[in-house]
Amino acid sequence: MSTKPALLPLLDSHGISRRDFTKYCTGLTAAMALAPAMAPRVAEALERARRPSVIWLSFQECTGCTESLTRADAPSLEQLILSAVSLDYHHTLQAAAGHGAETARLKAMAENAGQYLVLVDGSVPLGDPGYSTIAGRSNLDILHETVAGAAAVVAIGSCAAFGGLPAAAPNPTGAVSIGSLITDKPVVNLPGCPPIPVVMTAVIAHFLTFGRLPELDSLGRPRAFYGDTIHDRCYRRAFYDKGLFAKSFDDEGARKGWCLFELGCKGPTTYNACATVKWNGGVSFPIQSGHPCLGCSQPDFWDAGSFYRPLSQPWGADGHLAANAVAAGIGIGVAAGMAAIEAKKRAAAERQPVTLADLEVKP
Amino acid sequence: MSSTALLLWAKGPGFAFAAAVFLFGVTLRVVEMLWLRRRPDRSVARGSGALQGLRTVVSRFLPAPGLVARSPVVHVGGMVFHLGLFAVVFLYGPHIAAIRGMTGLDWPGLPTGAIDGATVLTIAAMIVLLIARSKDPVRRLLTTGADHLAWTATLLPLLTGFLLVNRVALPFETLLAVHLLSVELLLVLFPFTTLMHAVTFAFARYYAGAIAGRKGAHS
Repeated sequence: MSTKPALLPLLDSHGISRRDFTKYCTGLTAAMALAPAMAPRVAEALERARRPSVIWLSFQECTGCTESLTRADAPSLEQLILSAVSLDYHHTLQAAAGHGAETARLKAMAENAGQYLVLVDGSVPLGDPGYSTIAGRSNLDILHETVAGAAAVVAIGSCAAFGGLPAAAPNPTGAVSIGSLITDKPVVNLPGCPPIPVVMTAVIAHFLTFGRLPELDSLGRPRAFYGDTIHDRCYRRAFYDKGLFAKSFDDEGARKGWCLFELGCKGPTTYNACATVKWNGGVSFPIQSGHPCLGCSQPDFWDAGSFYRPLSQPWGADGHLAANAVAAGIGIGVAAGMAAIEAKKRAAAERQPVTLADLEVKP
Repeated sequence: MSSTALLLWAKGPGFAFAAAVFLFGVTLRVVEMLWLRRRPDRSVARGSGALQGLRTVVSRFLPAPGLVARSPVVHVGGMVFHLGLFAVVFLYGPHIAAIRGMTGLDWPGLPTGAIDGATVLTIAAMIVLLIARSKDPVRRLLTTGADHLAWTATLLPLLTGFLLVNRVALPFETLLAVHLLSVELLLVLFPFTTLMHAVTFAFARYYAGAIAGRKGAHS
């Protein structure tokens, strides 16, 4: 474990009281869907945590996930907790560079073998390793080397969790998710573009409190945060149920805050906590700001059709296809009609009249 | 195949195929029917055939006097089924959004609760009508496998739509894909089964009304 000071003294030094810390832990406990009685245990675990070493690997990514976590206007508790859990390697945040940085990673791995967490943002290019390298080594090499002695892996953001934007068609780099490469360690996915900061710290807090990762869904996401769809938790849901929809971004419905389904909202298919936890300290989230959900925490969200086409609208058929189908129908319909008329005429011409003699029973 | 990939296929190539078959088949059936034409009636008309034809298209939405009392299950069940199906297909917000996206046409819809209720009633009416049909020896004799296929193809979108709106059993994305696939099955079968009566009923009623009207009878 790291020799850096524990969390509480660090919070003290930033003017965050124990009361604030306790409130935060209670909120975190609720967010993780744990019993209220667990709040003191979460606080105790975070207080006592000697900060397991965290190694943050950045591959094919945009640094948006790090920005989400660290670039708040004021230092957030999430940010401080992340800082307190001993971030021993992070391209954007560490002071060391070059060989010094790589040495820090190897040292942290050696000193905390079997106990450190690996956080990864970004996907790994398999098509050509040269698309993304660190110190001249491929992302795949560094991932396997770093994960070998890890306790668990956290794939942060949609790129790490599902391939994300780099894996969007035609996927020029052959980008793949972290979970598809790591099969011998627990992997938790925290998708989102970017993910919600409290989701990242909650998973770390859960690990510190219970020594294991939280319960996951079929896509490896914590159920506590990804158990419900945006649609199910959306404050505009009542308008959906009433059949009241905004048809454009500036119509009466939009001004009255009606449902954004017809403007392409992906809330019904998107599992995330945006509608409850929200962003920027609980101020708002995209739908509250008047924009449909893009579905960024779902696999293949970039290739799942237009952001602004309603979920229920297919896109396979266009006017060209319809015109061709109708033209073919007219052509073959006329031909079938002509054939039927000809068959009728032929039948009339070939008809053998039935006489009474034909109907008589012959001995 | 992931549920996302299945949904993308259902919305893209799957729907393109189904829509092409539907449009091709319906056009073919209508054009063939109209091409056959009717034998010209050379008698002096005693009334307006066209006017009576159009009136008949509308008037036969209601059963003739006395028929409801004679076979209430068929008429009440049939009315509930057809009105319910119309409401579910054409008055549900996401369906209107889909049609608006493809055609530009738009109209107000009903609340989700009303559509949910209509779906339950429609499915119940379908089951009652099927049982009534199976108990009637004459209609049982007239019923073919194609009729059962049409019944199933109509039930599936209703059932999967109900499961989708109420999030039963599977994730929304998977249910949406399954619902779309069931709609596509319906579209493909539509022109080539008795489902085609949803288009040809107008022609049949018009012909019947026009012939009677030309002879001076009122519909």
